Amino acid sequence: MIGLEHYLTVAAALFVIGVFGLFLNRKNVIIMLMSIELMLLAVNINMVAFSSFLGDLVGQVFTLFILTVAAAEAAIGLAILVCFFRVRGTIDVEDVNVMKG
Amino acid sequence: MTVAAFTFYAFAVTTITGGLMTVLSRNPVHSVLWLILAFLSSAGLFVLLGAEFVAMLLIIVYVGAVAVLFLFVVMMLDVDFASLKAEMTKYMPLGLLIGVIILMQLALAFGVWGYDEAAQARVAAPTGDFPNTGALGLLLYDKYILLFQLAGLILLVAMIGAIVLTLRHRIDIKRQNIVAQMMRDPAKAMELKDVKPGQGL
Repeated sequence: MIGLEHYLTVAAALFVIGVFGLFLNRKNVIIMLMSIELMLLAVNINMVAFSSFLGDLVGQVFTLFILTVAAAEAAIGLAILVCFFRVRGTIDVEDVNVMKG
Repeated sequence: MTVAAFTFYAFAVTTITGGLMTVLSRNPVHSVLWLILAFLSSAGLFVLLGAEFVAMLLIIVYVGAVAVLFLFVVMMLDVDFASLKAEMTKYMPLGLLIGVIILMQLALAFGVWGYDEAAQARVAAPTGDFPNTGALGLLLYDKYILLFQLAGLILLVAMIGAIVLTLRHRIDIKRQNIVAQMMRDPAKAMELKDVKPGQGL
């Protein structure tokens, strides 16, 4: 029988894949944004799994909000990326050093 | 193995494969397509959990909007992706190390995790007789109406922000000048010539 633990394991694996992707693609911002989406998806799986197994609908309501924030974040991130590409002609993160931070 | 278990394992393996290939793929277009696969199969997991509304929303919002946005940007930017991938092996050990550490931390947390005796009594919104979508709507439009409105505000701000960030006025193209259009009058716009018969202009 499939229990809560199975879903949590899938979510944990997906989250770690997201973190791994952030470190693996240090130069490509597009893949980094996709990794963040994967991590948010893992959180959503956790929320829905707990909501389903505890019989509490609030988890699914919060999944909706996470989904909203993830969509807004992707849109803004890609807009910033397009701006950056117009100015610098590259999407290499290591070139983001205009402010010498 | 029951049908439910088989379906779960199929969707779980597809989700994790999709996530892994998103990260490892050399071509960003392939990455986006693997991401879409991961989203679709996790929507399948949500259906298995009885959260049909969230599953359909995941397909509409993520596959229909976010993934297409990614695909659009990947294809719009003229980037040499091969050079960006060149140093991937350099970061592989660090990434694997941090991944394993986080996985171990999650496993440690999972080891000591258990239910509180009173957890069942604290259920705020039980999944009752309603179907999933109806119950979610009752909750969302009643108890969480403020958060719902704020989520709409976030989307509005994101939309305006994205437009403001990417809008640019190019000076080398011909645009519609509405003021000039409205100030135009017949007296200045055309000239009447009295053409004599048989002579022409």
